[in-house]
Amino acid sequence: MIEQLRFWGIVVLLVFGLFFTFVSAVGVIRLPDIYARAHTASQTDTLGAGLALAAVALALGWDSMTIYAVLLLFFVFITNPTAAHAIARSAAESGIVPLTDETEVDVEPDPSTPDEGES
Amino acid sequence: MTADLLNDIFLVTAALFVVLAIMMFYRAVAGPTTQDRLLAVNVLGTNTVVILALLAAGLGEPWFLDIALIYALLNFLMAIAISKFTVERGGVL
Repeated sequence: MIEQLRFWGIVVLLVFGLFFTFVSAVGVIRLPDIYARAHTASQTDTLGAGLALAAVALALGWDSMTIYAVLLLFFVFITNPTAAHAIARSAAESGIVPLTDETEVDVEPDPSTPDEGES
Repeated sequence: MTADLLNDIFLVTAALFVVLAIMMFYRAVAGPTTQDRLLAVNVLGTNTVVILALLAAGLGEPWFLDIALIYALLNFLMAIAISKFTVERGGVL
């Protein structure tokens, strides 16, 4: 009974972790500018990695290695939004204009022809 | 039987995470700014950490978690260092 519960707990955590990481991947590829991409990378990717690492910690059981998995979970939870914040702030300080309604359309880069010469 | 099934589930999930990590290469190659590429590499590194942890559980080799921990540390250091370096040449860096 308790083994069955643990099994389904692991499966549900893995499925949700995979789902949120998929949302993060789609967001990083499809969203229009760096700030929106930093937002999806900090939120959904942290949640997906956290859920998958929680599944690993649950699968390892009462082992000494579970401490590593839980430490890794907390580390990812703290450092991933910090890194995304640092990246977005460096984008702001190097003068990248956020894409709003007032922004001209040609500020948005065309994804079909990436031109590295102009930015 | 349940343990074998669980190991297979972990390995299949790791394979799907590899596919999601490869999707990040699009933004790392095509991203118009430096920060876009840095963000894509950062997300790819987080996915790598998760893949290493899933392999540690799926293959029954728990020392993979050591490598995952070191990779997470280096990934965070890389993101902070490059994003600091892109502003005013990083000051002291």
